[in-house]
Amino acid sequence: MVYLTRVEHFNAAHKLYNPAWSKEKNDQVFGMCANENWHGHNYELYVTVKGIANTDTGFLYDAKKLSNIIQERITDKLDHKNLNMDVDFMTGQMCSTENLAVAIWQQLVPWLPREIQLHCIKLYETPRIFVEYFGD
Amino acid sequence: MSRKIAVFRKEHFNAAHRLFNPVWEMEENDRVFGKCNNPNFHGHNYELIVKVTGEPDPQTGYVIDMKVLGDLIKENVLKQFDHKNLNLDTKYFRNINPTAENICFVIYDILREKIDPEFELQVRLYETERNFVEYPA
Repeated sequence: MVYLTRVEHFNAAHKLYNPAWSKEKNDQVFGMCANENWHGHNYELYVTVKGIANTDTGFLYDAKKLSNIIQERITDKLDHKNLNMDVDFMTGQMCSTENLAVAIWQQLVPWLPREIQLHCIKLYETPRIFVEYFGD
Repeated sequence: MSRKIAVFRKEHFNAAHRLFNPVWEMEENDRVFGKCNNPNFHGHNYELIVKVTGEPDPQTGYVIDMKVLGDLIKENVLKQFDHKNLNLDTKYFRNINPTAENICFVIYDILREKIDPEFELQVRLYETERNFVEYPA
């Protein structure tokens, strides 16, 4: 088994705000992230797939093709967007990095070719904050 | 020989913004600003590098105390910009676009007033890892 990681990036606005709560409770729990006019991040997305390298090519999978799939299915929908307002697969969810990583996994899996398995979605919200999701 | 030396302080803030010209039609804004014209905003992790150049004080060995410089930036810049919408939540971008260039000018002007005029000041602002601006050029 070998693991291949492709790094992509996108910039987006979001806020952390639970509409079921009062403004005071949101401020208390989410602090500055609850700013009603949004704030934003440069997100870095690491997609790791695993499988057996093809004996003819030496590739697990063509990294450029993997990049095209990620861009078409994920980052084109997130880049320069408002995660709360513009992204169909985040509707009704809190736009935390945790939830976004899980949603990216769910969106991506159906589009990956059979010879590779998704292993990890690692998503950086800032250079100092990131989450990992392994599908379990 | 001059004993001028440059000291640098790095800070960061996260903010939302939108680039558009309200005088133009949506189509013209899309053509010029592309994805940056999204009416619902997008955002960045901005990295700020402030450079202060001067001769160290013989009593302290410092040009400027880095902690003091850090506090100055936090109090006067980050407090206004961090986790904000640059278009809606700050007073600086009512009539100008919050491009990296204009944000850099604004930060320079804010800090210039707070730092001893005998020191040179330069501000570098990263909008992404690959896009950054610097003033004075």
